[in-house]
Amino acid sequence: MATVAAERLFGKSIKRREDPRFITGRGQYVDDLKIPGMTYAAFVRSPHAHAKIRKIDTAAATRHPGVVAVFTGKDMTGVNSLPCGWDLRKEKKIPGVIQDLAIVPHMPLTSDAARHVGDPVAIVIADSHEAAVDAAEKVQVDWEPLAAVTITEKAAASGAPKLHEGAPGNVAFKWEIGDRAATDAAFKTAGAVTVKKRIVNQRLVANAMEPRACVARYDDATGELTLWVTSQNPHVHRLLMCAFVLGIPEHKVRVIAPDVGGGFGSKIFLYNEEVVCSWASRKLKRPVRWTASRSEAYLTDAHGRDHVTDAEIALARDGKILGLRVKTTANLGAYLSTFAPAVPTFLYGTLLNGVYAIPAIHCEVTGVFSNTTAVDAYRGAGRPEACYVVERIVEAGARAAGMDVADLRKKNFIPKFSGAFQTQVAVVYDSGDYGAAWDRMLQMLDYRKFRAEQEAARKQGRLLGIGFSAYIEACSIAPSKLVGALGAGAGLYESGKVRVHPTGMVTVFTGSHSHGQGHETTFAQIVADKLGIPIEQVDIVHGDTGSVAFGMGTYGSRSASVGGTAILMSLNKVIEKGKKIAAHLLEAAPKDIDFLGGQFQVKGAPGKAVPFGVVSLTAYVPHNYPEGLEPGLEETSFYDPSNFCFPFGAHACIVEVDRDTGNVRILRYLAVDDVGNVINPMIVDGMVHGGIAQGVGQALCEGAVYDGQSGQLVTGSMMDYALPKADMLPMYETDRTVTPTPVNPMGVKGAGETGTIAATPAVVNAVVDALAPLGVDHIEEMPMTAQRVWKIIQGAKAR
Amino acid sequence: MKLPVKMTINGQSYSHEVEPRLLLVHYIRETVGLTGTHVGCDTSQCGACTILMNGQAVKACNFFAVQADGANIMTIEGLAKDGELHPIQQGFWEKHGLQCGFCTPGMIMSAYQMLERYPKPSEELIRHQLEGNLCRCTGYHNIVKAIEWAAEHMPAKK
Repeated sequence: MATVAAERLFGKSIKRREDPRFITGRGQYVDDLKIPGMTYAAFVRSPHAHAKIRKIDTAAATRHPGVVAVFTGKDMTGVNSLPCGWDLRKEKKIPGVIQDLAIVPHMPLTSDAARHVGDPVAIVIADSHEAAVDAAEKVQVDWEPLAAVTITEKAAASGAPKLHEGAPGNVAFKWEIGDRAATDAAFKTAGAVTVKKRIVNQRLVANAMEPRACVARYDDATGELTLWVTSQNPHVHRLLMCAFVLGIPEHKVRVIAPDVGGGFGSKIFLYNEEVVCSWASRKLKRPVRWTASRSEAYLTDAHGRDHVTDAEIALARDGKILGLRVKTTANLGAYLSTFAPAVPTFLYGTLLNGVYAIPAIHCEVTGVFSNTTAVDAYRGAGRPEACYVVERIVEAGARAAGMDVADLRKKNFIPKFSGAFQTQVAVVYDSGDYGAAWDRMLQMLDYRKFRAEQEAARKQGRLLGIGFSAYIEACSIAPSKLVGALGAGAGLYESGKVRVHPTGMVTVFTGSHSHGQGHETTFAQIVADKLGIPIEQVDIVHGDTGSVAFGMGTYGSRSASVGGTAILMSLNKVIEKGKKIAAHLLEAAPKDIDFLGGQFQVKGAPGKAVPFGVVSLTAYVPHNYPEGLEPGLEETSFYDPSNFCFPFGAHACIVEVDRDTGNVRILRYLAVDDVGNVINPMIVDGMVHGGIAQGVGQALCEGAVYDGQSGQLVTGSMMDYALPKADMLPMYETDRTVTPTPVNPMGVKGAGETGTIAATPAVVNAVVDALAPLGVDHIEEMPMTAQRVWKIIQGAKAR
Repeated sequence: MKLPVKMTINGQSYSHEVEPRLLLVHYIRETVGLTGTHVGCDTSQCGACTILMNGQAVKACNFFAVQADGANIMTIEGLAKDGELHPIQQGFWEKHGLQCGFCTPGMIMSAYQMLERYPKPSEELIRHQLEGNLCRCTGYHNIVKAIEWAAEHMPAKK
C-alpha cells in the first residue's frame, strides 16, 4: 500500500534512479538485442559525392554464402520519399518566405543518382553480420561520377553542379525576418559606428556515443511490425514511417526506443536505414538488425550548423545598439532532413534579438543544397548559430566603438520583465532578468581584477584573453498553433498518463524520451511530490508506442516544461477524482476535501482523513463508491504550451594562447544560467557541463570537413574528427539565477541546450581578446586549432 | 575456417569456435552475450569497449578474440561483487558521472586500472589518464569528480 513521502523532492539533487543499470553494464541499447531468426543488414553506399547510377548488379552478392536477400531502390515499389516535416511555401502562408522551399525527393534507397558520399543504394541481408558485410562488397554499381559541390558559399553559385531537378540553382529556399527598411535606416543614423564581419559557423557532427541502430521484426501471424530504434521520439518515427513512407497501418506498428546512448538532435529524424530494414523485415518475414559503424554514422547521421554569415551592427556613439543586419547562407546538404528547413529560419532568425534592446533587425537566409550529408537540428539547432552571430558581432562592435565588451553589453540589456517582451524578430520572450545573471557572473569572475592580471601578463608577453557570451534561447518547443502557422507538419504538445494502481503505486507514461536526461528521476520527483508518496512507489515509462499514448519526444529542451507539465495535469486530475472518492468515504462534499501530505482530509478537520492508498484501492474496489463515478484511477493529459520558454545566462571563458604554437588552453570557464525553476540541480548542472563541452568543442577542435574537389568527408572517423577530451577541459564554475517562466505551472524553462549555445562565442571571443595585442580584432572561422591560431599569429606579425 | 578459443570472463570459463577475424569485443557481446561492453567507434578512439584483460585495461576492439585465448577477462558485469557496487561504480552514481550511460562501462574499467596505478590521482592526472575514453554527455566534470570520490572510498590495500 502507498505510504507517505518524508520530504519534498522538487529542487533536490537526488541520485538518478536509472544509474544502477548503467553502471553495472545492464542498460539495454538497441544493438544489445538478439531475436531468434534474426538477420543482419549491411548497406551499400556511394563512394562518390555525386554520381549517376547506370546499373546495379546484385547477382554475386546474392550468391554469397549466408545471404538471405539483396534489395535495391527498384525493389522497393510503392515506397515513398522520406518526408520533410517543415514546409516553407508562400501558398501555406508561411511568414518571411521569399522563395518557396524546393521539396525534393529523398528515397530510402536512391536509384537514379547518389548525391553525397554514403548515400545508400542497396541493402544486403544475411544470416550473420560478417556475411552481410562481405556480400555488400560484391554488389557491383556502375557509377557515372558527376561534378560535386560541397562548399556552402559555392553551392548556389552559377555553374555549380545541379543536385535536384526541382531545385534550380541548388537553392532550397529564401527567407527573411525583421524590418528591412527600419534596419537600413538605423544604419544611416548620423554618427553611428558600423561594423561588418564575415562569421562562419562550421559544420558539426553530433557524435552521440551510441551509433544509430535498429531492429525490425515483422510478425506474419499478427501482421504487426516492431521496430526497436535509436530514437528521441518513437511516435514521430512511427507516424512518419507509416503515414508517409511505407503506407502501413500505424496501429500495426510498435516503435520502441529503449536505452538510447545520447542523441543531441541526431536521433530525432527518420532515416533511410530504419525504413529499409522495416520494409525488408515485412518482405522477408524475419527480424533484421542494423547498427551503424562509427564511419557510417559520420556519413549519414544528420550534421549540424554549416552557416556562412555576413553580420553588421550599428552602434550609437554612447554604445547603444541601433540595428543588426544579418545575411546567412545555410547548407542543408543533399536532401531535406526531417526538420531541416526550420533550423536556419524559425529557430535562428527569431533569436537574433539576443538579450539586447535592439530597435531594428533584419535577417535574410538562403538555404542551399550541396553534395554533403543532410543538415538538421544538432543540440541548440539554430539558436547556437544566432547566439554566435550576436555575441561575436556585439564584441566586434564594442571594439570598433572603443568600449569595454562587458560595459557595452550591460548598457544594452533588455530591462527585467515578466510576462512578455516583444522582440523585433516575431517571438515574445516570457520572462527575463539578464542583468542579474550577468552581474553574478562578473562577481564570480572578479572582472576588473582579471583585466589587471591580463595587463600584467601582456607585459610579460603572455597572451591571456577573456570572452563573454550573454545568451538567450527558445525552448519548451512549442505551441502547436504557432509552429503550424510557421510551417511545422506536426503539433508539438506532449502527453502524460498517470496510472494509479489499486495499491497506490504509480506508473507514469510519458511521450518524452530520455537518452541521458534522467526522466526516470526528475519526472518521478514531480509525481512523488504531488501525490505525497515515496519516489520508490513511482515508475516512469517512456520510449514505447505500445504503452505510451502518443508523444512528440525529446528535443528543444522540452521534456520538463512540456512533458513534465502534461504529467502534472494528469496528477491534478487524479487528485480531483480522488477528492470525489474521499468525499464519499468521509461523508463530506468534494469541495471540502483537501489533498495534503499524501492524504485526503476534510478542510479544517485533519482528523477526518483517508490516505491516498485507501482512495486508490476504493477506485478499483468500488463497493462503497460515489454514484455515477467511473471506477479506476488513471488520467491522461495532452499539454500544448502557450509560448516557448526563454532561458538565458551569462558565460565567460578565460584562455591563454601559446604564442609559439598557437595552442589555446582554457584557464577558467564560468556559467551563470537561468533556466527557471529547477527540479534536480545535479542533473541540470550535468546538462550545463555537457553542453559547455560541446560548445567548447566547436570553438576549439570540431568540424566536419569535406574535400572541395572530391567531395569526400575528410573527417569521417573519430581519428579525424576531433571530439573534446577530458584534458582539454577545465572544471566548470557554475551558478544560477532563477527567473521562473509564467508559461507553465512549474515555472521550469529548459536546460539541455544552454551550454552549447553559450559556450562557442565565449571561447572564440576569448581567443580574439587574447590576440588583440597583436592587432587581431576578428576571427572568421572555427575551430581554433593550434594550426589556425598559429597562422593568425604569423599573419598578424607580418602586418 | 574457425579456430577454438577459451577464456575466463568474470570468473566463468567460455570456449567457442570463432572466425579468426572476430574482434574480442564482438566475441564478448555477440558470442558470450555480455552486452555491457559497448562499441562506440571503429578506430579505437572512444574507449567504450574497455575491459580488463589479464589485469590490464585494454580496448576490446583492438584484439581479435583468438588473441585472447587463455586470457582472464573482467568486464563491467564482473565488477560488482555479490550485488555490492564497486567504489568506482558508486562514485559514478554519487557524483552523476554519467548521463546516457553508453561510455560509462569503458570509463569505469579505465578508472579501475587508473586507481590501481595511482591510488590518489590529481585532477590533472585523471584527465590525462582519460585520454582514451570519450564522453559526449558530461563534459567530463562529473566523471573526474566520480573518480576522485572513488579514490577516497577505495578500501585500503592489504
